[in-house]
Amino acid sequence: MDWSLLLQLTLNGLIVGALYGVVAMSFVLIYKASQVVNFAQGEFLLVGAWVCWWLLTDWQLPFWAGFLFTLAFMTLFGMILQVVVLRPLIGEPVISVIMATIGLGIFFQALMKWIFGVFAKPFPPIFAAEQVSVFGLQVQTVYLMSLGISVLIMAGFAWFFTASKHGLAMRATAFDQQVAQSLGVSVPKVFAMSWAISAVVSSVAGVVVGVVNGVSSALSFYGIKVFPAVILGGLDSVVGAVLGGLIVGLLENWAQYIDAEWLNWGNMYTIAPFYALILILLVKPYGLFGTKNIERV
Amino acid sequence: MAVMTPAGDYRTSYREDMTIFPTRNSRLALWLGLALLCAAPLVLGRYELGLLVNIGIMGIAALGLNILVGFTGQISIGHAAFFGFGAFASAWLHEQFHIPVVLCIPLAGFMTALIGLVFGAPAARLKGLYLAIATLAAQFILEDFFARAQWFTGGVAGRITEPFELFGWRADREESFFYVVLAFVILMFVGAANLMRTRDGRALVAVRDHYLSAEVMGINLAYYRTLSFGIASFYAGVAGALYAHYLLFVSVEAFTILLSIQFLGMVIIGGLGSVMGSLMGAAFMVLLPEAVQMVADALAGGAIDRALRLGNSISFLREMTIGAAIILFLIFEPDGLARRWRLIKAYWKLYPYSH
Repeated sequence: MDWSLLLQLTLNGLIVGALYGVVAMSFVLIYKASQVVNFAQGEFLLVGAWVCWWLLTDWQLPFWAGFLFTLAFMTLFGMILQVVVLRPLIGEPVISVIMATIGLGIFFQALMKWIFGVFAKPFPPIFAAEQVSVFGLQVQTVYLMSLGISVLIMAGFAWFFTASKHGLAMRATAFDQQVAQSLGVSVPKVFAMSWAISAVVSSVAGVVVGVVNGVSSALSFYGIKVFPAVILGGLDSVVGAVLGGLIVGLLENWAQYIDAEWLNWGNMYTIAPFYALILILLVKPYGLFGTKNIERV
Repeated sequence: MAVMTPAGDYRTSYREDMTIFPTRNSRLALWLGLALLCAAPLVLGRYELGLLVNIGIMGIAALGLNILVGFTGQISIGHAAFFGFGAFASAWLHEQFHIPVVLCIPLAGFMTALIGLVFGAPAARLKGLYLAIATLAAQFILEDFFARAQWFTGGVAGRITEPFELFGWRADREESFFYVVLAFVILMFVGAANLMRTRDGRALVAVRDHYLSAEVMGINLAYYRTLSFGIASFYAGVAGALYAHYLLFVSVEAFTILLSIQFLGMVIIGGLGSVMGSLMGAAFMVLLPEAVQMVADALAGGAIDRALRLGNSISFLREMTIGAAIILFLIFEPDGLARRWRLIKAYWKLYPYSH
């Protein structure tokens, strides 16, 4: 047993898991508000990261300005997607909506490859110190930043949904659209807003991952890793999504550790969450914390 | 979906009502079409024949997915993995046990159906989104298995396959393999069209239309959901095996999630729940990249080409058009090409009083 490696991997798992949690949260946000399963969540990360990269390198903006511009762009991006593509599909069967988001996913992934190329490109350095030491472990500064940002976003979500007017309107819409409408909530606005918020939050995660690993189309794989997380946590639970993300992050890294120490199968890092997913669905078809739909005829 | 027949519906027996080709003209068109296809290798070049072969193979796989998605209302984002499993299974059966390729293809179909049933076991209880996610997991797990199982797939290097052979007749060129694919396409399509006229086929449609009512009527939901998963995998396996013996080489990279999405796109674009639509969707999906290539070739060297770097990024452009086509069809023509085709037929039948 290599304890320091295990500790390092656990820490990595928590940091990556927090990011998964953030992305899963923004996925759940869309699902709760507009009942759309977004298979293009990973492309939100991708588009956000590339836009930020482009502003920082081609336009030589300072990080804070480029970051703010990116957020503004992603707000518009999410809203436009909802209005142009998803709004005409309201009331269509769930398969059509899933397919539309899958179509969006491959469209934007290919578009980004076309504009920016297929190779990973590094962000310009943002922090003076590359690494800092935490409890004797060497941790990259960007990882710490990413953990901080993740916690910040989660706290922001908690405040938004419990205290702000728009957040309450969104929860009302998620609970019952007709009742929300009759109480004066504009449901189309809530839909557009949920997509905008989801795009912005995902793009923050995208920029963070981009700063750590460089920007490439591998980023969109985060959108796929979201599924084990939300199945673990339950599709309609924001807290569950965060927990699910953390569990998936830990699971990946521990699977890698077990693989490296004993199994030597290779690639367990990417595949382990999917095995877990199938097992969970076999036992609990609505996920671990998801509410079971009781249907009446 | 009423079939448009000229001047009313004069059927007097169940037998007449069940016919696949209801009018004399449609039967005539069928024989004419078959004769034209049989003559195609004499007229067309190798490249065009290759496209037709691809359409046939993709059409079989898309038909299987349509039985799952269009007729049963389930969804699968892992169809390419099953397609790939069929390809590897056929190659493996031939090399390991020296079974003739003719038998390898249906056997590979059955093996894939078994694997489909394994992954379909959760499908018996799942639907909609949860099933989509479970099949997505199946895609990644099988892809990982392909890369790892050296004995079965040849690992990352891939596996060389033998051409189709029947009584000394080798189908190792487009001209000859075309007939093999044609025979399989006819077999599989007649099979699917007939399946929909049986008790089981109607049970699948009932599960799609309202699964609770279907259950109340005594239809075993778990059985039929799993069954449709098995049938879909069988079709995918047969198509994959044909693909393996057409290319004479199979490797892992061919069966990614992008191909799964393309299969789903074929089903959507062709028309959910339409047997002929699956073939039309496959034709659309195979010809779309060709059209993109043609446009890019036409623009090559011009100002647009230089400004947009068309030449180097043709593969991304193809992916983009696939994504865009799926979205546009979903928004503007959710019933797909099959409905367009019915409208065109109805227009000409009623001409000149089409309004």
